Amino acid sequence: MEFAKAPGLTKRWGEFAIETIIRVLGLSSIGFVVMIFLFLLREGLPTFWEIPLNNLLGTRWYPTFDYFGAVPLVLGSVLVTLLAIVIALPLGLATAVFVREIAPPWAREILKPVIEVLAGIPSVVLGFFGMTLVAPLVREVLGAPTGLTAFTGALLLAYMALPTMISVAEDALDTVPKSYRDAGLSMGATQWQTIWRVVVPAARSGVVTAVMLGMGRAIGETMAVMMVTGNAARLPLSLDSLFRPVRTMTATIAAEMGEVAQGSTHYHALFGLGIILFALTFVINLAAAATIFKKRRRGGLR
Amino acid sequence: MRRPLVNRHTQQRIGFALLALAALIVVIPIILVVLVIIARGIGAINWEFLTQAPREGMKAGGIFPAIVGTLLLMAGTALAAIPVGIGGAIYLSEYARDSWLTRAIRLAIINLAGIPSVVYGLFGLGMFVLFLRLGTSIIAGSLTLAIMTIPIIISSTEEALRAVPTEFRTVNASLGGTRWQGIRNIVLPQSLPGIITGVILGLLRAAGETAPILFTVAAFFLPRLPSSLFDQTMALPYHLYVISTQVPGMPEKVQYGTALVLLALVLSLNIVATIVRSYFRRRRQW
Repeated sequence: MEFAKAPGLTKRWGEFAIETIIRVLGLSSIGFVVMIFLFLLREGLPTFWEIPLNNLLGTRWYPTFDYFGAVPLVLGSVLVTLLAIVIALPLGLATAVFVREIAPPWAREILKPVIEVLAGIPSVVLGFFGMTLVAPLVREVLGAPTGLTAFTGALLLAYMALPTMISVAEDALDTVPKSYRDAGLSMGATQWQTIWRVVVPAARSGVVTAVMLGMGRAIGETMAVMMVTGNAARLPLSLDSLFRPVRTMTATIAAEMGEVAQGSTHYHALFGLGIILFALTFVINLAAAATIFKKRRRGGLR
Repeated sequence: MRRPLVNRHTQQRIGFALLALAALIVVIPIILVVLVIIARGIGAINWEFLTQAPREGMKAGGIFPAIVGTLLLMAGTALAAIPVGIGGAIYLSEYARDSWLTRAIRLAIINLAGIPSVVYGLFGLGMFVLFLRLGTSIIAGSLTLAIMTIPIIISSTEEALRAVPTEFRTVNASLGGTRWQGIRNIVLPQSLPGIITGVILGLLRAAGETAPILFTVAAFFLPRLPSSLFDQTMALPYHLYVISTQVPGMPEKVQYGTALVLLALVLSLNIVATIVRSYFRRRRQW
């Protein structure tokens, strides 16, 4: 009788080599995040000793005259993002509930692919559409001098955030056990009452995640926002600034980076905006991840 | 107890109608966007438009260099992102234990997926264009897009790998196969359709992005084809941005035509991905 040969030395070495490569590739994601952060710091940190703090915290962004007040840009981003979420949350949640809980199969078969199409439309195409058709419409309806407003941007952003929000909210509804629904119905509640008093509350952490990820998507969106918000860097303080042009951090970077001299103060300041954006999305995603991890640990509930 | 305004069954009927209305408000504009772009862009599409360089300040001629540029960028992105993405997914699904390190990797992936595209552009400018001295080039743009695509490929590939039943791996081990043999001969072939779907979805995202290529590769106007990887190139999304905001008096037909070509490219890839997924899901034995 012959014994099977033990794996040869070359084979064991091959296995070891491949395992090492895969380990390195596995760790590469951490490397990328660190690298991105370091390069932003390398090019962006000089902002903070080149420009005095009261200039940075000022309300005027006129780089040609050495005014680098980032406040209007930060507020512009925040305003457009929050307004987008205010529009997208009810629509997204209602659509997710409709698709998951009550839509007949044929409606689901139409809705899901169409929403996937939305996720695939490049932001520059949406921006172009917004510029040529949505903005004139907004101008007509509001009777405003221009249709390129914070509201127009938020409207487009809401649609760009919707696919993410709907799919995350759907997943959250999916994890609510069927016994919850049965319990609600057996108590004599209608399906409508069961959905809003039992199912959605049980899925609320997932809904929060959906809002977080939608916000992350909205605050970082660049092209569409740049094309439809009018890009006027001024403080959006009063309510009617919703219907005036506004300028976001992303649009500022995209519009101005092409024209600055490498290594100039303006160049560093744009990287400084990049650091702010990176930090904001990092915190938002961390918060979303925290709810995802928590849900995983509670997995026994299903 | 307060008497409700309407009977609760009426309430449910009104409620369901509102939900359906919300779904309509979501999908109708999407369908409208696609239809309008097709209707207004189709007139511009002809052989010349697809195979000629732009002429007369981009107001006439075609968009051939932009199409080629986008395809080149997709190929470069694929070359760089696919090995790293699939390798990273294999690590997470087949090798990683539940440790703080694995959690850190997952956190990193979630964050990579959430970093704004324009920040990727800044990073690509700082690292590839300036630090590594690649200049504004196809290679710098591809690498930037690749890092943006990697988290998408990792997540979808990991999902596909995890869908392969554990028993398949156990059988491989019981036959004396090493872990890598099991992955190469069983797990990867079984999950290939899922991986392909994920890769296509990642690449179509890269094809449509503008912000990451703004400062790393995109040329405003370059009527010839790039001659090397270190050349700049035009690209469809950037071209659409340029002709719709930077060039006054641009004929609308050319703008919509360009939007249509980009949309058609992205949507057809989307459809291919969906078909691959559903075809193999039906054929799957387990």
